[in-house]
Amino acid sequence: MEFIVALAQIRPKLGCVSDNLAIIEASVAQAVESGADLVVFPELSVTGYFLKDLVPEVALRIDSPEIAKLRVLSRRISIAVGLVEESADCRFFNTAIYLEEGEIKHRHRKVYLPTYGLFDEQRYLACGDRFRAFDTRFGRFGMLVCEDMWHLSAGYTLAMDGATTILCLSSSPGRGVASNDGLGSARAWQRLTSTTAMFLSCRVLFCNRVGFEDGVNFWGGSEILTPSGDSAVRAKLLEEELVTARVDDGELRRERIFAPLLRDENLDLTIRELRRIEKERRSAHVW
Amino acid sequence: MSGNVGSLGLAINAALVRRILVGFLAEEVHKVGLKRAVLGLSGGIDSALVAYLAAEALGAENVQAIIMPYKQSNPESEAHARLVAERLGIEHCVIGITPMVDAYFELFPDADSMRRGNKMARERMTILFDHSAARSALVLGTSNKTELLLGYGTLYGDMASALNPIGDLYKTQIWQLSEEMEVPREVIDKKPSADLWAGQTDEQELGFTYKAVDELLYQMVDLRKSRAELLAAGFEAAFIEKIYAKVQNSHFKRRLPVIAKVSNRTIDRDFRYSRDWGK
Repeated sequence: MEFIVALAQIRPKLGCVSDNLAIIEASVAQAVESGADLVVFPELSVTGYFLKDLVPEVALRIDSPEIAKLRVLSRRISIAVGLVEESADCRFFNTAIYLEEGEIKHRHRKVYLPTYGLFDEQRYLACGDRFRAFDTRFGRFGMLVCEDMWHLSAGYTLAMDGATTILCLSSSPGRGVASNDGLGSARAWQRLTSTTAMFLSCRVLFCNRVGFEDGVNFWGGSEILTPSGDSAVRAKLLEEELVTARVDDGELRRERIFAPLLRDENLDLTIRELRRIEKERRSAHVW
Repeated sequence: MSGNVGSLGLAINAALVRRILVGFLAEEVHKVGLKRAVLGLSGGIDSALVAYLAAEALGAENVQAIIMPYKQSNPESEAHARLVAERLGIEHCVIGITPMVDAYFELFPDADSMRRGNKMARERMTILFDHSAARSALVLGTSNKTELLLGYGTLYGDMASALNPIGDLYKTQIWQLSEEMEVPREVIDKKPSADLWAGQTDEQELGFTYKAVDELLYQMVDLRKSRAELLAAGFEAAFIEKIYAKVQNSHFKRRLPVIAKVSNRTIDRDFRYSRDWGK
């Protein structure tokens, strides 16, 4: 099967849900216009990133009218979008949802909330507790939100669960200007997404935002990686853009024939060794 | 400092930094619904660089420079400030601060040069913020990372601004970016000076060179090297102690005033919002 992916590298306004939904709606229209079957938005595209105490004010329940509107839009094109989700027990999650054919097909609550350096997510947000692949009309997908991607186990689990495409919704701040090779954080992410695609023989659809919040820039550079780790398309640095690329199963199949890494992956061995490590850590009280 | 201290970490990709800082100024000015900026041009490299960045970000017609000499200021400073403004084609005017400053110190004729320098810096600040209101223009800060970390500036004086594009660049990086932006040669090449009295230079007053202190600050602050690692890297113990103390003792200048907590939500402690809230 073959499908066209659009990455909507947008510039959300901090704390302005209705304005951002309008930006998202316009990008959805643009993606439809460009012939895309799926459009991926950045992390927290509905709200902006450095929310701090705004988190409860911008949070949406999964059954909110705002999300109902996105569901309607998803009848024309599949959509992955990021928001603050409020659960029934009043917890707030950095959530990505995947909408298709008028339904929410999957919800991923960010597991790894960075709380170091310039990040402070765990002060305001609750952690997700699972990585699950899910079926879409384009095959089996997995979704990660930004920092999740930096944990090898996250992408690994999704691939073991059968995902052949990994979506990564990001709000990655740009930093590191020492090199002539470009922005430090951009180079690090390019290595990460390419290596993840190669390790797991998966496509990676990475969508990062742009714009500034309180002097912090978000660098964009959204990218579609093929299962061999090559770049199919990469959006501009620091500028709004909607990029598209055609994705086909032939490439995935050829890569998995060429390097059948996943076929040979020994899941039993991995689970056995992880159980042993867990047991030893418990008994030794080593953490 | 001995000679085996490398300086690779202070090299910047100047074209990339230019792009980020120009984007920063354009976006942060425009998203509060404004289009103009105002800044004080001293004739030195920091304010010259900010003027170049602002003209590129906002358009020369949207940048206003104010030159605010005191009677003892070096005439060359005003000439260099004019040169920058004319080269960029930005609106500029001269507002001398001698009458206001002298009127005040008639009451305190024994005031030392530090008090006088601080008063001048704050006098200039009030003029910039008055023009900010008069022209709907944001005040641009021109303090660099070296002076911010050392506390080599006047609180609520030259340290006051709405937006500072260069506050995360060390002085040696300011020089690199100024080359990239083609700031006038004579402004780049002259010795940095606060220009509070004739012949004053920063490096003579501070007692070390920018090159030496930037390298130490970079390794101490950015790389978070321990004292043992800094010694091993070739920095002298006394220099490390002196600079560490300067950073520590000037920290109050980099923070908002301390508020005594009595309620459940105290501003900036448990009442936390980004400044770009709703923008």
